[in-house]
Amino acid sequence: MEIPRHWRLKKQRYGLVGEVCPHCDHKIFPPRDVCPNCGDEAKEQFAFSGKGEVYSYTTVYEAPAGFDANAPYTVAIVKLEEGPMLTAQLTDLGEQPISIGMPVEMVTRKMRNDGDERGVIVYGYKFRPAPLHTTA
Amino acid sequence: MTDVVITGIGQTPVGEHWELGLRDLAVAAIRDALKDAGGLKPQALFVGNMLAPNLSNQAHLGALIAEYAGLTGIEAMTVEASGASGGAALRQGYLAVASGMVDVALVVGVEKFTDKIGSDVEEATATENDADFESIHGMTITAQAALLMKRYMHENEIPENGFANFALTAHANGVANKNAAFQKAIKAETYAKAEMVSDPIKVFDMAPQLDGAAALVLTRRELIPSNGQSLLVKIAGSAASSDTLALHDRKDMLYFDAAQISAGKAMKQAGITLSQINFFEYHDIFSIYAALQLEAVGFAIKGKGWKLAADGEIGLKGKIPCATMGGMKARGFAGGASGVYQAVEAVTQLRGQAGANQIAGATYGLIQSLGGPASTAVSHILQKLDWSNPDSV
Amino acid sequence: MTTPNTQTSPTLLKPVKPVGIVGYGAYVPRYRIPAKEIARVWTGSKGGGLPIKEKAVPGLDEDVITMSIEAARNAMLRAQIDPTELRAVWVGSESHPYAVKPTSTVVAEAIGAVPSTQGADFEFACKAGTEAMVAVMGIVGSGMGRYGMAIGMDTAQGKPGDALEYTAAAGGAAYILGPAEESLAVINSAYSYVTDTPDFWRREYQKYPEHGMRFTGEPAYFKHITEAATFMMEASGTTAKDYKWAVFHQPNTKFPQRVASQLGFSMEQIAPGLLVTNIGNTYAGAAVIGLTAILDIAQPGDRILMVSFGSGAGSDAFDILVTDKITARQGLATKTQEYIARRTEIDYATYARYRGKITMK
Repeated sequence: MEIPRHWRLKKQRYGLVGEVCPHCDHKIFPPRDVCPNCGDEAKEQFAFSGKGEVYSYTTVYEAPAGFDANAPYTVAIVKLEEGPMLTAQLTDLGEQPISIGMPVEMVTRKMRNDGDERGVIVYGYKFRPAPLHTTA
Repeated sequence: MTDVVITGIGQTPVGEHWELGLRDLAVAAIRDALKDAGGLKPQALFVGNMLAPNLSNQAHLGALIAEYAGLTGIEAMTVEASGASGGAALRQGYLAVASGMVDVALVVGVEKFTDKIGSDVEEATATENDADFESIHGMTITAQAALLMKRYMHENEIPENGFANFALTAHANGVANKNAAFQKAIKAETYAKAEMVSDPIKVFDMAPQLDGAAALVLTRRELIPSNGQSLLVKIAGSAASSDTLALHDRKDMLYFDAAQISAGKAMKQAGITLSQINFFEYHDIFSIYAALQLEAVGFAIKGKGWKLAADGEIGLKGKIPCATMGGMKARGFAGGASGVYQAVEAVTQLRGQAGANQIAGATYGLIQSLGGPASTAVSHILQKLDWSNPDSV
Repeated sequence: MTTPNTQTSPTLLKPVKPVGIVGYGAYVPRYRIPAKEIARVWTGSKGGGLPIKEKAVPGLDEDVITMSIEAARNAMLRAQIDPTELRAVWVGSESHPYAVKPTSTVVAEAIGAVPSTQGADFEFACKAGTEAMVAVMGIVGSGMGRYGMAIGMDTAQGKPGDALEYTAAAGGAAYILGPAEESLAVINSAYSYVTDTPDFWRREYQKYPEHGMRFTGEPAYFKHITEAATFMMEASGTTAKDYKWAVFHQPNTKFPQRVASQLGFSMEQIAPGLLVTNIGNTYAGAAVIGLTAILDIAQPGDRILMVSFGSGAGSDAFDILVTDKITARQGLATKTQEYIARRTEIDYATYARYRGKITMK
């Protein structure tokens, strides 16, 4: 069981909470308290919009233990609107073809069970084709 | 600084060693290497291993392997840097001997992939990625390489099967290596028809994960006994560098910075330029890694690593022979042993004992061991000493 | 011996401070299985008489928590309030992912409503969501909190081959209630009608519910909805003609149509909220997602009657009046029909996998 680890990261998993550097305004995800851009201290929280585009993607057929029930699934590197990139699964693809540059948006989904079906459910970010809705 | 030389090499065949455990493999390679070194007594043991705690529920390999090799009492510890563990263990051995604190160091790389099966192996190898921000998304090491390769193919115009020659060359070179897992050449159409593993990575774009162990005996040149190994190979350059663990944290994920930095430092220490390197043992666990290493080290410009292979320049008679004994693709990827296998094979070349795969007149070999997508890169320049005139070098 | 009924004449539930809907949001998962595909597996070619056209099926990575989070985020987009002002996040469902551990805390955490909030899961078969709405009316109407959120959401399961399998679907909606003056629709009043009527149930540790077949009709669904609606209209001095729209719990296409007729409503009045034909019976989500579909197209001044039904049994009726604030908020989040239009059809095998109907161990 890894309850503490997943619990500790809930702000990142549920809300894409990273940081913004007060020195160079660089947006940081995952948060790390040292700005990867200027090297200064960066502890100010910043919630990302969840909008981004596919930078690269692939399909996993042979999944690690804990993920095999959902295989095959698509893993992508997503470039967030605010700059940083992150790794996430793409979901709700249906028959939609994926392409590099495709716009995607963050949703919260089940990532895995912590252990087996008796463990807690780990929730976190995935991305789906966007936009589902254009603000009128 | 006094020369640190590799005076003994040993290895087991790479494969599915169902009947052998971690300790058996390590001890076999160690005994082989000590025999080759001709009677030197090691004072320290550096074990390169990637995943024994996950794959075999076994940590603390230093004491275990020292004991089973009959060396209880010597300094012994594990060096872990994922796939670069072997290269990192070699570097620790080198530093120990070069510093003068240790006279004879034993370096052994060992990995036992087949103690677990199926998705448990994928789970174990994924621990080299960022657990909180990559592995939790179901990322595997193959998926990570696929993300790199997909982006590489997006940014560069690559013909269909443009990566084929990495596999074809490795398999051709594996034929004459009795320790290689695959000693059979493959045809271009075999590569092309292979099953897709993680788009765009096909079966022959990745190395098989197998068991194996390789060992080296390191000492300072002046300590070699008169009846010891006479075919000496010097560690002319040794360097390591790190990069972000997660691929998504890279400024430019299509450039292996750590590979460039460590190779550059090693060459500088050796006092040589790229053109003096006679062969390159790269970390071809994935074809895309091989391409990116050729670019990072400088053998190809950015985006053209695949082309160097496609043009046949990585073959034994090419501009820069690579994976001369089959590489990870044909010899097999034995995790933390891989970097030590590279050294064993490079020494074989520099001793002139590579048989059908011999690079004529090989003096300098570059070996580069990677952890993940060059999150760690360890580079060594090995140099043949002129044993007809030991004082000339 | 029965306890004598000491209840004085019933009254409507009217908060001390007027309460309304400040924001609302729907969610329907992407996948659909046609009823005829289910029939193909269980009854062969015997066609006709199917209760709906198709139903919504959640993906492998969805459950009531993830679906509630998306509906809640849509409600937040429309409400445009600070999430820390939500003093309650209550989720009604019969398919909470955990037997013990609240759905509501995950939802509250995901939308930033923690820690100064109530959090609890409601269960009352298909009316758990509207029960939560009444409870939030209490928080807001008493002045204990400025805003509160109520969600009705389900990933309903029917036993393979059972009549319920044709309709048991996934979806629902979230509502943020707050002061009437900030609302896109004012809730004039609510009224609940509850009796012990065992028409449908699921025992602890059982995967699929049982039901009383035709007993679920007259004494359960029709009785409770008509009693709740009739009292509400009598007490409010209204008739069906005073409402522009109405939405009733929708376990299949026929029931809500029939109960609407019995109460004097036309098919036009229930049309926009009648979603069951295309998404199935979303249980705790069924009435409330019908209401989001109506709110998506409603005009200022429209009056709406919503009556839920939950087995066991009870109905909650709501008398709702749309304000002029609705127009600016309808387009701020994904509309119910946009979710319904996003559709990928799956076959029974895929459905069986997605719904965990294939025994793996």
